[in-house]
Amino acid sequence: MASTEQQSPATPPASTGGTKTSRWRSRAFRGLAYQVILVVVVLLVGGYLAGNTLENMRVRGIQSGFGFFLQPAGFGIGESMIEYDSSEPYWKAFVVGLSNTLRVAVVGIVLTTLFGTLLGIGRLSRNFLLRTLCTAYVELFRNVPVLLQLLMWYFVLTDWLPDMSAALNPVTGFFLSKNGLSFPIPVWSAGHFATLLGLGGGIAAAWWHARRARHAFEISGAQWPVLWPAIGMLVAGTLIGWLVGGMPGAIDMPERGELNISGGGAVTPEFIAVTMGLTIYTAAFVAEIVRSGIQAVPRGQSEAANSLGLSRAQNLRLVLLPQAMRVIIPPVTNQYLNLTKNSSLAVAIGYPDLVSISNTTLNQTGRAVECILVMMTVYLVLSLLTAALTNWYNTRMAIKER
Amino acid sequence: MSDVIISFAKVNKWFGQFHVLRDIDLDVARGERIVICGPSGSGKSTLIRCINRLEEHQEGHLSVDGVELTDDVKAIEKVRREVGMVFQQFNLFPHLTVLENLTLAPTWVGKMPKKEAEERAMAQLERVRIAEQARKYPLQLSGGQQQRVAIARSLCLTPKIMLFDEPTSALDPEMIKEVLDVMIDLAGQGITMLCVTHEMGFARSVADRVIFMDQGQIIEQNSPTEFFANPRSDRTRDFLSKILSH
Ligand SMILES: Nc1ncnc2c1ncn2[C@@H]1O[C@H](COP(=O)(O)OP(=O)(O)OP(=O)(O)O)[C@@H](O)[C@H]1O
Ligand SMILES: [Mg+2]
Repeated sequence: MASTEQQSPATPPASTGGTKTSRWRSRAFRGLAYQVILVVVVLLVGGYLAGNTLENMRVRGIQSGFGFFLQPAGFGIGESMIEYDSSEPYWKAFVVGLSNTLRVAVVGIVLTTLFGTLLGIGRLSRNFLLRTLCTAYVELFRNVPVLLQLLMWYFVLTDWLPDMSAALNPVTGFFLSKNGLSFPIPVWSAGHFATLLGLGGGIAAAWWHARRARHAFEISGAQWPVLWPAIGMLVAGTLIGWLVGGMPGAIDMPERGELNISGGGAVTPEFIAVTMGLTIYTAAFVAEIVRSGIQAVPRGQSEAANSLGLSRAQNLRLVLLPQAMRVIIPPVTNQYLNLTKNSSLAVAIGYPDLVSISNTTLNQTGRAVECILVMMTVYLVLSLLTAALTNWYNTRMAIKER
Repeated sequence: MSDVIISFAKVNKWFGQFHVLRDIDLDVARGERIVICGPSGSGKSTLIRCINRLEEHQEGHLSVDGVELTDDVKAIEKVRREVGMVFQQFNLFPHLTVLENLTLAPTWVGKMPKKEAEERAMAQLERVRIAEQARKYPLQLSGGQQQRVAIARSLCLTPKIMLFDEPTSALDPEMIKEVLDVMIDLAGQGITMLCVTHEMGFARSVADRVIFMDQGQIIEQNSPTEFFANPRSDRTRDFLSKILSH
């Protein structure tokens, strides 16, 4: 700490006060001292607890360490996006669990955002029926415990749907039964590289079109259609790529066999129940956040927009939502985190997420501390990443005041 | 083109049980400058907000430049493009720069090229003597500057009618003059103006007619000289003695 006497005369005296103040009484010094003391205390307590635990485990002959992660897991996992079999090590099983958790989280977050925003705007609609329906939805789903909802969806899916042998076949190629949803997927072949290239080209063209449209709007005020041409370009690009690639047409269609459905892609009833349940539950909260965020914008803003002749949709899009966003984003990210963490309830209906895998591992190896540490670290990292993203967004969106 | 640009005929309005406008009959001539005054809660704001349908009346007829105001959305849109409004609290859009505040309606409502909208916005900012602030955000400006931006914003769609709802009441005394000066300039340019204000100096120098309202009714209307010299009703006299005493 530089005392004020040592500072060059050009610098104004620091806020630590006049030269007479002893450094023991300066605010900056005290702040630093308190922080150092806090860190020391935390380290001491943490060290004591850790030492104690290790000592107790040693006395009782409980093994510790993360070495077991390299041993074969020996249990199978019901569903996985990654190749996995029971002879692979525990760490691989954890990765599969994490990927299953993230799969629910990502799909759930996307669906929740869309659905929740629509519901929130619907709650402010002038249409009585729509408004009432949205309100009823919100009140119903956010007031029933989420675990109950997951169980309910799971039972609906597994009890009310027919057996695989009598699977519902609403659209050709889609089968819905107690065992989940089967759907057609294209078989990968080299020709699909061209299709992907075509899709990439379509994206580039759509992006270029959107830029030109914005430019045209700025130069001449012409409002070119953007959405449909962009979609058209994506489709056309993909189609051309597919034609160039020799029209690889092999599609893996699920087929109805004697007893079961084979082939195609499939999602399990567990995955559907978890994703659907969490989406429906979290969307109710997001809707409330969106509604209150829009309502938090002062009335005068809408009045000014109206008096300028903006339509209701323009008012929402150009005036209300941009201002509401700053209020909406932080609590919505919180809901994203909640959704991700709530996905651990999946264990109740047997979806193999991180917690479920971790539980199995714990039962087999008895390494409770290690398993729980890993789980906590993963969820902590996910949370911190989200928080960092939110902070970055908030600084970018902050309204400039003097 | 008729000489009457705004016409209230037996207009009544209620907020729930509360009868806020009672049998309003009022014709405003094209280019006329009207000052409306009256005690708090007398319905002045409600009266002028009916003109661009920020409030809707329940009885009677109200037409603006030949368009009758009903639930018809097209009619409302048409009227709102011809009527500019300035609020007590400015109501600038805080997430947009001053320039963007001004170009928002011309580009989205008036479908004007952005270049042209910006040129016209800059011209309006010159008019209210604040062009150098174009790239700032509203909350970085003083109250008087914000109100001048708000006036410029409402002028960007070249309205035929301007409504002012106590435009200087939220301002510190030293900023009132800069806003009044802009309004006096505007009054000299033939635009129809309705202004709710208690700035009686402004009324005297600019208004063609002063209207006094109380309890939802128009009690008295007259030229400013007559209005201030010979108020006819007791309520007017009472009101004037209160606001002119300080
Ligand atoms: N949205 C509303 N709902 C219910 N009552 C309202 C509403 N807006 C205004 N009022 C009431 O109507 C009456 C007239 O309001 P208005 O704002 O027109 O008065 P004003 O003459 O402009 O008063 P001030 O000088 O205080 O601005 C007041 O008593 C007010 O409380
Ligand atoms: Mg008022």
